[in-house]
Amino acid sequence: MIHSLFLVNSSGDIFLEKHWKSVVSRSVCDYFFEAQERASEPENVPPVIPTPHHYLISVLRHRIYFVAVIQSEVPPLFVIEFLHRVVDTFQDYFGVCTEAAIKDNVVVVYELLEEMLDNGFPLATESNILKELIKPPTILRTVVNTITGSTNVGEQLPTGQLSVVPWRRTGVKYTNNEAYFDVVEEIDAIIDKSGSTITAEIQGVIDACVKLTGMPDLTLSFMNPRLLDDVSFHPCVRFKRWEAERILSFIPPDGNFRLLSYHVSCQNLVAIPVYVKHNITFREGSSQGRFELTLGPKQTMGKGLEAVIISSQLPRGVLNTNLNPSQGTYNFDPVTKLLSWDVGKINPQKLPSLKGSMSLQAGASKPDENPTINIQFKIQQSALSGLKVNRLDMYGEKYKPFKGIKYMTKAGKFQVRT
Amino acid sequence: MNGHRGFSVLRSEAAGAVRTALVSAENLQLTLKTELSQEEQHLTPHTHTNGGPDETHTKGNDDLKEMLESNKESLKLEAMKRVVGLIAKGKNASELFPAVVKNVASKNIELKKLVYVYLVRYAEEQQDLALLSISTFQKALKDPNQLIRASALRVLSSIRVPIIVPIMMLAIKEAASDMSPYVRKTSAHAIQKLYSLDQDQKELLIEVIEKLLKDKSTLVAGSVVMAFEEVCPDRIDLIHKNYRKLCNLLVDVEEWGQVVIISMLTRYARTQFTSPWKEDGVFDEHSERAFYESDEEKTRDETEAKPYMMDPDHRLLLRNTKPLLQSRNTAVVMSVAQLYWHLAPKNEVSIVTKSLIRLLRSHREVQYIVLQNIATMSIQRKGMFEPYMKSFYVRSTDATHIKSLKLEILTSLANEANISTILREFQTYVKSQDKQFAAGTIQAIGRCATNISEVTDTCLNGLVLLLSNRDETVVAESVVVIRKLLQTQPTQHSDIIKHMAKLFDKITVPMARASILWLMGEYCERVPKIAPDVLRKMAKSFTSEEDIVKLQTVNLAAKLYLTNSKQTKLLTQYILNLGKYDQNYDIRDRTRFIRQLIVPNDKNGALSKYAHRILLAPKPAPVLKSAYKDRDRYQLGTLSHTINTKASGYLELSDWPAVAPDQSVRNVEVIEPVKEWAPSLGKTGKSKPAKSSDDKFYSDSGEEGKGPGSSSSADDSSSSSSEESGSDAESRVEKNSSQSSEESDKSSSQSEKSSSESDSDSEKKKRKTKTPLQKKTVKPTAKDGDSDENGNVAKEANSSSAEESSSDSESDSDTHTDSDSGTEHKKKTKSKAKPKVEVKSMKEVCLLDLGDFTPAPVTQHKSSVLSPSLLGDLEGLSLSNVSSTIQVRGPAFVPEKSHDLLHRMTGKGLSAQYQFPRQPCLYQPTMVSVQISLTNTTDHPLEEIHIGDRSPTGLNIHCFNTIESLEPEASVTVFMGIDFNDSTQAANFQLCTKEDHFSVSIQPAIGELFLPITMTELDFRKEQGKLLGMNESSATITMAAENMTSQPISRPVATVANLGVVPSGQDNVHRFAGKTASSGAVVLVTVELRESSTALITINTEKSVMGSMLLRDLKLALAQA
Repeated sequence: MIHSLFLVNSSGDIFLEKHWKSVVSRSVCDYFFEAQERASEPENVPPVIPTPHHYLISVLRHRIYFVAVIQSEVPPLFVIEFLHRVVDTFQDYFGVCTEAAIKDNVVVVYELLEEMLDNGFPLATESNILKELIKPPTILRTVVNTITGSTNVGEQLPTGQLSVVPWRRTGVKYTNNEAYFDVVEEIDAIIDKSGSTITAEIQGVIDACVKLTGMPDLTLSFMNPRLLDDVSFHPCVRFKRWEAERILSFIPPDGNFRLLSYHVSCQNLVAIPVYVKHNITFREGSSQGRFELTLGPKQTMGKGLEAVIISSQLPRGVLNTNLNPSQGTYNFDPVTKLLSWDVGKINPQKLPSLKGSMSLQAGASKPDENPTINIQFKIQQSALSGLKVNRLDMYGEKYKPFKGIKYMTKAGKFQVRT
Repeated sequence: MNGHRGFSVLRSEAAGAVRTALVSAENLQLTLKTELSQEEQHLTPHTHTNGGPDETHTKGNDDLKEMLESNKESLKLEAMKRVVGLIAKGKNASELFPAVVKNVASKNIELKKLVYVYLVRYAEEQQDLALLSISTFQKALKDPNQLIRASALRVLSSIRVPIIVPIMMLAIKEAASDMSPYVRKTSAHAIQKLYSLDQDQKELLIEVIEKLLKDKSTLVAGSVVMAFEEVCPDRIDLIHKNYRKLCNLLVDVEEWGQVVIISMLTRYARTQFTSPWKEDGVFDEHSERAFYESDEEKTRDETEAKPYMMDPDHRLLLRNTKPLLQSRNTAVVMSVAQLYWHLAPKNEVSIVTKSLIRLLRSHREVQYIVLQNIATMSIQRKGMFEPYMKSFYVRSTDATHIKSLKLEILTSLANEANISTILREFQTYVKSQDKQFAAGTIQAIGRCATNISEVTDTCLNGLVLLLSNRDETVVAESVVVIRKLLQTQPTQHSDIIKHMAKLFDKITVPMARASILWLMGEYCERVPKIAPDVLRKMAKSFTSEEDIVKLQTVNLAAKLYLTNSKQTKLLTQYILNLGKYDQNYDIRDRTRFIRQLIVPNDKNGALSKYAHRILLAPKPAPVLKSAYKDRDRYQLGTLSHTINTKASGYLELSDWPAVAPDQSVRNVEVIEPVKEWAPSLGKTGKSKPAKSSDDKFYSDSGEEGKGPGSSSSADDSSSSSSEESGSDAESRVEKNSSQSSEESDKSSSQSEKSSSESDSDSEKKKRKTKTPLQKKTVKPTAKDGDSDENGNVAKEANSSSAEESSSDSESDSDTHTDSDSGTEHKKKTKSKAKPKVEVKSMKEVCLLDLGDFTPAPVTQHKSSVLSPSLLGDLEGLSLSNVSSTIQVRGPAFVPEKSHDLLHRMTGKGLSAQYQFPRQPCLYQPTMVSVQISLTNTTDHPLEEIHIGDRSPTGLNIHCFNTIESLEPEASVTVFMGIDFNDSTQAANFQLCTKEDHFSVSIQPAIGELFLPITMTELDFRKEQGKLLGMNESSATITMAAENMTSQPISRPVATVANLGVVPSGQDNVHRFAGKTASSGAVVLVTVELRESSTALITINTEKSVMGSMLLRDLKLALAQA
């Protein structure tokens, strides 16, 4: 399946290679570089590139291209999904997945890749299993290892590998038993010029951090499970139980994991929590343009909008801007033409605004389209869809765990067309 | 136009050729370069003249070599880490090979692993040196630690050295029957590696694949199917017997295996089932909606109404894959989606829609692939995605290829109802800053306009407005699209043509100019005044135009010459003269051709007569169609579909067969080896139930909901049969005779079959009646219809007649015609009773049909302590290849030693102890029976003592019945069966009372995993002869002289392991024989006493790992003695 893997940085250098079958020459990446040159943006490199003898399937994350070399038919998603798992694992192990982090930990990276694939077929991708095989590097362990000469490699076959609960290792022990769940909803929306919603949908996830001793069996029930239109589960969730009773019943993995991601049916009208008043004009023949933006809260159920960030890709003709924010800081990059305004918190009494002028290239014609405005925000302690967890019960263990549930709403791909 | 197209093709071809040439040149250079650098590296140590970077590099390597050869572990490790760093960077570290390979046998696991990494990378280049490491792996292959065995096999098979192919083959075969599923998984991976190294091994490898396909571990399933796909994807016949098992295991297989299995099963199903697609299959929106809610009932209605009947196996596949749509793995979701697309009835496909839409939230690359597949799907089935149209709206932050795919899908989804919404959305896109995307939108508008006639005019007007756009790509694209649209309805739009002529001066994009010129020429009669003027302008600027524009100018001139020669004759001649001397040969050619065609002269008068008809023939309008129109020839979700060409190794999805192949091939039958009856061994002897009951298990398949009473009948039959064996168990407890215990053993295995086959009862009567017939012809030896009947007869003879009623009632719910060897034995011993049985069994078969719908009567043994649960029965039996002369016998010695299972302190007053009674387990022959004594040390009664969750969950435990209440100070003894699967891995489970759960574990000593067998010395020697070489392990020990007599030898051996004594002719040689409980592999132990109080212990078994563990234990025990 996966023949080789090349890691390519944004400047087009291969900084790591790994082969699972016979060695494939680096020159196969020339086809990739060709495509990279052709693409105007890093994201525009096509994920699948055929070459005369191989196929290159790549993903781009953290400004690193992970290029897998394939020799014969394989579902492309299989490879893509796997590559993303690799990135997730690196992130999990090293905290960040940057070129520097990978270079620093090249041995661990190699050991990980060796365990994750055998002859190009995924072997162990579950982070719990991997962590038993290869211990993540920590400062303490690095120091101890250099002194004692002990290793990062586990000696036992991970217990999970053989059980039907492969995601959980056995013999977990904690002094404080705790289980936290974060319900995070993202709202994707496109708002048109006049402020009416073109499309809006809510996607949510429940991320869990479970640190419980032994083999706890948890059930999580919702007040309003019917809200969830389409769900995907961590493999630990018992699907039958969900089908029948709409209850999440599972033996959790140890540590952090994504329990569930869901989609709220689009039939329900979505309350848009923010509005934008804008007036962006370019006049024909003039080298000046006007820029006015005001933000305000709308349908937030009494919760405040926080961490609001506005970004917009201004037309190429704009040379510079001279804007005044009523709060926060703004920044305009004359090279990429990217305007970003870190607003912070919105105070409903005093609405934040950004006003001023843009200078245009002299003699250039007026841009046809006004820029789109992307908004990011957060609303704490509220799930926009109204999803509520009813209760969390634990079976199979004797102690009383500490339980916590947090709600949050975030903007996903929230765009306002102007 | 044509000329132009031909030319552009040529040009792109040429460009392609140049590119490949360049690339190969580059490759050449690269290879040259590496050779050079190698040479340099070799040279530098000798010359020492130029202190370039190469030198330091080599120096570094010398340094590493020293570190690797040092004695300090930490230095070696450090060196290996740096070497791995070099490999990762793609630097050449091959010269370190001898230094590295020495460390392959290191004790340090991390060092060892890094050496493995190195070996796999360079072994191919340094084959001779690599061979040095092979013996280390061979040794590691026998290590008791499964992790080490697995990693040794992994590395051994990754070393691509052709010389070791036979060693690899042997190792794979060995590992394929390893007791650890993890090692078996590794062997499945190794199959592919060996196959790519040496294709000649195909046949042998297929045998291994066949064996592994039968494996019931979910861990192995995915990997072996992968190997199957790689090595012998055409051997579909290997799948038949495993089809139902794979379907049922699917949910529990790891996610990557799921993808592979699903795509294999898709291919399989297309060859084995008939098409579920109705011939008159018009896609009906409404039925689809209704269907959403209740697909199960609906399908039933449908299958009853239509002559088409879906094969239950086909349905099984669809039903078992559906939950996987909820997987978090996008590849799994996509593979289920494609399975439904290719296999499900048309009205069921839409259940995949939501999940596919969900995937669109995932990473950019995932979106790309999913959108491509949706694009193909949406062309054929608009209805599937129309409700989700808004999910395909484009955001300004999307990558360009995502944008164009979304556009593609939106266009496909457009219909009369939603076109206005879509067009409004398109209006925004046209203004996008991404001009390539804007151009794509214009094409999309063109497609909408042709597909939906109501909006053609609106679109055309909109496009005309775009002609005054400032961006020339937009204008050019509009011109081209308008040209195509006009061609479809040329009559009414002369004003648009006039408008375009006016714009002609402003437009600079060659393609757009060429399109306008073509339009002028084609419709010159509608714009008689303007066309000659345009030609005049062109004549002026001809020399500075692009080739494509020149060609169209020549065309225009020719057409005008034919229709309006008065005004344009001179202009035409002028242009033709210019064209005659053009630099481009295409234009010169065209000019010459046109001149000969239109200008009449004496030579070619014949052709010029037809010039008008040739040039101004009505031309068919171009069809604006999707680029994804023909992609459905590839299986969705494949690489070939993505790149729209056949990728190497792509396996074609076959068309549905017109007539379904024999569906009975998937029935898993008992394949009966003909066994000999050895009368000399008497009644105590019993051969193992025949192989493949474990296959049977999977055919069970939970076919619930098929026929009305079927699921209940399935339950009933299994429960009643389990009760039956429970009753036997009780009788065994009473009599404690080995004879009856063996029988109950057998009948429990039969009950297993009955439960497993009950699905075939429940399917369709037709099929049911058919199956026994088939089986009869297959096995003429099994003359009587019902094996259960035989079991019952046996019981009748042995135990009280009261049980007869229970057996009768039980056979009500059972229909089987298998026999096993035990049955045969009974038949012979009780030949007098047999005729009677036969008559009765025939009657029973008739009754059975009714029995399907009536629950089986509850037998009186409900309170039995040892009633095995349904779950236990469902688990598979294992095969046995022990020959008939080898018989299981009673244990030679039962150690009294009991072990603590649960201490009363941890158990809050409940204490439990376990011991191995060394009896053949009555629930299943593969289980080891465990006797547990429970004592209540509290002052209040404990209630509901039972077994709770177990881990690994696949562990096959036969639980004891729940103990309702245990009085204070009382104790009770219960029996359990545990299938340790021939491993000493502890069985963990929970012992539960009403209030509490206690996790307990039973770790068997290796010796408890055997069952003693009797055999003659001759047989012993014969078996031993078969198990030489790798299957033999031996050791010499010293023991006390006074213990050298026979008695003390057999005693410690029997204490250690549950083995039977084989009568021996020699005084100094003691032989013991047994077989492993789970797989029934023969284990032979020989203790040969020698002079000076030494003894040689030899163990022969194909389970070499168990052998070495047993050897260790025996050594300990005998040395003590």
